[in-house]
Amino acid sequence: MLTSFLEADLPMIEAPEIEYALLAPLFIVTGVAVLGVLVEAFWPRSSRFLVQTVLAVLGIVAALVDTVVVYTDLDRVDSALKARGQVAGEGALSVDGPGVVTWGLLLVFGLLSMLLFAERRLEGGLSAFTGRAADAPGSASEAEAVKMRIEHSEIFPLAMFALVGMMLFATANDLLTMFVALEVLSLPLYLLCGLARRRRLLSQEAALKYFLLGAFSSVFFLYGIALAYGYAGSFELSAIDTAVTNRTGSENMLLAAIALIAVGLLFKIGAAPFHAWTPDVYQGAPTPVTAFMAAGTKTAAFIALTRVFYVAFGGSQWDWRPTIVAIAIITMFLGSVVAVSQTDVKRMLAYSSIAHAGFLLVGFVGVYAGVAGSDRVTSVSSILFYLAAYGLASIGAFAVVTLVRDSGGETTHLSKWAGLGKTSPMLAGSFAIFMLSFAGIPLTGGFIGKWGVFSAAYSGGFWWLVIVGVLMSALAAYFYVRVIVLMFFTEPVGDGPTVAVPSLLTTVVIVVAVVGTLGLGILPGPVLDLAQHAGAFVR
Amino acid sequence: MILTILAATPIAGALILALLPRGRTDHLRAKVVALGVALITLALSLVVLARYEPTSGGYQMTEEHSWIEAFGAHYSVGVNGIAITLILLTTILVPIVILASFDDRLPDPRGTNAYFAWMLAVEGLAIGAFAATDAFLFYILFEATLIPLYFLIGSFGGPNRSYAAVKFLIYNLVGGLLMLAAIVGLYVVSSRQGDASFLLTDLQDLEFSQTTERLLFLGFMAAFAIKAPLWPLHTWLPDAAGQATPGTSVLMVSVVDKIGTFGMITWCLNLFPEAADWASPVIITLAVVSIVYGALLAIGQDDIRRLIAFTSVSHFGFIILGIFAFTTTSMAGSTLYMFNHGLSTAALFLVTGVMISRRGSARIDDFGGVQKIAPILSGVFLIAGLSSLSLPGLAPFVSEFLVLAGTFTVSIPAAAVATLGIVLAALYILIMYQRTMTGPLAPGAEGVTELRPREIAALTPAIMLIIGLGFFPQPVLNAINPAVETVVSHIGKTDPTPKTPTPIDAPAAEEGGH
Repeated sequence: MLTSFLEADLPMIEAPEIEYALLAPLFIVTGVAVLGVLVEAFWPRSSRFLVQTVLAVLGIVAALVDTVVVYTDLDRVDSALKARGQVAGEGALSVDGPGVVTWGLLLVFGLLSMLLFAERRLEGGLSAFTGRAADAPGSASEAEAVKMRIEHSEIFPLAMFALVGMMLFATANDLLTMFVALEVLSLPLYLLCGLARRRRLLSQEAALKYFLLGAFSSVFFLYGIALAYGYAGSFELSAIDTAVTNRTGSENMLLAAIALIAVGLLFKIGAAPFHAWTPDVYQGAPTPVTAFMAAGTKTAAFIALTRVFYVAFGGSQWDWRPTIVAIAIITMFLGSVVAVSQTDVKRMLAYSSIAHAGFLLVGFVGVYAGVAGSDRVTSVSSILFYLAAYGLASIGAFAVVTLVRDSGGETTHLSKWAGLGKTSPMLAGSFAIFMLSFAGIPLTGGFIGKWGVFSAAYSGGFWWLVIVGVLMSALAAYFYVRVIVLMFFTEPVGDGPTVAVPSLLTTVVIVVAVVGTLGLGILPGPVLDLAQHAGAFVR
Repeated sequence: MILTILAATPIAGALILALLPRGRTDHLRAKVVALGVALITLALSLVVLARYEPTSGGYQMTEEHSWIEAFGAHYSVGVNGIAITLILLTTILVPIVILASFDDRLPDPRGTNAYFAWMLAVEGLAIGAFAATDAFLFYILFEATLIPLYFLIGSFGGPNRSYAAVKFLIYNLVGGLLMLAAIVGLYVVSSRQGDASFLLTDLQDLEFSQTTERLLFLGFMAAFAIKAPLWPLHTWLPDAAGQATPGTSVLMVSVVDKIGTFGMITWCLNLFPEAADWASPVIITLAVVSIVYGALLAIGQDDIRRLIAFTSVSHFGFIILGIFAFTTTSMAGSTLYMFNHGLSTAALFLVTGVMISRRGSARIDDFGGVQKIAPILSGVFLIAGLSSLSLPGLAPFVSEFLVLAGTFTVSIPAAAVATLGIVLAALYILIMYQRTMTGPLAPGAEGVTELRPREIAALTPAIMLIIGLGFFPQPVLNAINPAVETVVSHIGKTDPTPKTPTPIDAPAAEEGGH
């Protein structure tokens, strides 16, 4: 009697169905992050750094292995276009081919970055992060912290939280989840940016700038979400797609929603004119964090951008493609031209990352999804490959930056790099390979990446944009080549740069990046097939 | 398989040199290893030659593997008459260059290993580019030659070397990237018509719309015209040649630049015959301008190396003219010219390199009367110079004659103006010879001593080939002709029937008045 009474009046609350096996990589990384916080609270300080390192590395490796398992188990979707995967978490996430491949990329980048985070030989047994962030720069207590060899081992859980945010961001299937993911990935990064051991004022300034501008862009994104909800009556990308295709609501509201969401996402990938934070933050942040951001944030944000625009706003692509084309051209041009005048390696790499955002947008704007029965390179697969090649070379390049030092820490001024090729040919050679890959010279991964995005743009009907793109590549090549000139053809000034001898950790990162960059250039087949195999987004 | 081994040998040699410990003083070990690898490569190329069947026009010793399936790119190599000629040119020149570069004064002697390693890398990549029968593979190797040359110019050249190296790289990269856009276009066109493939044989069957074909042709042509170099895209060459060591200049002008003219025949004409026909009036005009302009500027040069660079601009004009005249005679002449120009320019660069390094200056005014103290050197210089001005009896004459003879049948004005180039060539070479070698010994030129045995050993093969091929060009032409005929028939051109002589028994009533 009582039960039937209850059943009659109270609405049923169904327990959400969560596909735990499918989402396990996310849970592993989150779990490791939470565990890291506990370790921070309870583990003795003396061995905490080591424990955190091992925990983070093992966690990422476990998640990576599980990602491979998840990928091989993805179901094929029956549709005209090749796709695999499914919507999970009650529609919040879309665990599909491109999303899971992105997880894999992010985890590899995360693993390499953690090795850089853990490097302690360069600062005489201390990490590249400040000992006690609460101390004022240059104060007595700071000196005391150094003397007591205090270290922030919180960097590892913070990075793991950022990593899980990135992974969520790349697979979010509704705009609200995407916003949450954006904040989860951004907040730890804001903090990490301000933790540099050397040049702390610059680092704190970078953190504040990144935070303020990031918060500002988040608001744009949020406003765009609200308008999209107003237009479609749903946060889900597929529901928005239906509304857009049927043109049900007010056109102006849709266009405003697209514009505002684009601002939020273009900010994260560092496209002009929303790029202003990039050089300052890249320069000020501790170099391992810069490496992590350059590879990870760019990858996650670009896949999120692609997903939102292809899935939700695919029906109105003729509205946004002209604008994105203009942004792509401006971004490539600005990144390449301004990079020429940079005198700081990290700022130069920042502008280079802006230019690369432009090249990625060229492939993105092709919106080439493939045709049934053809195996032609699609926009999504070309972007995935480009991100893989770019991310590896970026992490490698920043790893090299951590090794060129003088008494004040890293010497990022380019003039100090003169003659590096004469004193340490192996290190300069590695850096040259990364530069050649950025410039898109054949036999490096960057070349195949450029080739892919250009062919996607061409397939999408933008053959003239390809010509603009190749001319911009030539412009960009100029400043990469300039660095090689400086390292190999210029005599060292004064004592010349000193190259610190790193521990095995940084060495491994550089070797992996070099081998990966050349491997992706000479035998790109496996990775390219993987990206192509991933197929389209699942909505 | 043999072609892969041939291309891989110098690359492997380069890696060995890079890993070889640096010598203490004279770096003799690195030099001997480099020379040895180059000679092994030469021997291998002679094996290729022995197995080559000259009467056939198609590709031989082919090898094909799938490489990047998603792009339809294959590792596919093979040689026809044109390719094998240029491969032989490469394998003959590299040992000569290495032997002649033994005593090059490098800015940093510690870089000796790298110097020779980069040279071998150029050789391997160039052989690969000549042998590639897949457009993607060709593009990769074509672009990859930039890296070793860039380091050769930038690390080992004269005082202004880094400017020259960057200019060289950027110019060629722009051309290469435009070609990249065309390669991307080819991929899209090819995948629209079935499975994507970059094999030469598959690409020849593609059907293009008129606009697409023309645009893609222009993309390819831009890269080759910068590389070859065609006026007005030539300005990087004098700068690069003016700063590079003689050996680097030879590799750049005699070998790598030939990939440009080779590419015009193998890729532009084979893939886009109609577009090539459409563009030929403009290209012929530019080629004729190159011939005259290069020759005129060569006369005005004060720096010996820049002078030779400008003569090359003029000679490349002849080669391109012959290619785009679309007759078997002129195209065979152009191919032979590539070979002969490679030899004569190499001899010229290397012998003047010896003079320049002994005098410590490249200005023509700093020399004078050298033949009194160095007769053998001036004799070699004279032969190399005379071959550059196409004196009958020396190899380039035959090829230049064939180019002009072929061109006359299609365009008398172009051929007539081009002939002017021969006259100007006599001027720039003889004036240079006169100012440097004859007259009283110039003050300061006393140090230009006689060629040493090693230098004579390096230059002798080149001089012998120049003289030998001047009298017996037929063996080379026999190999070239079938391949050239295939290309010309693919464009759909037939040689214009000669107007004279009229057959003796034909009625000649209309022309009786003559």
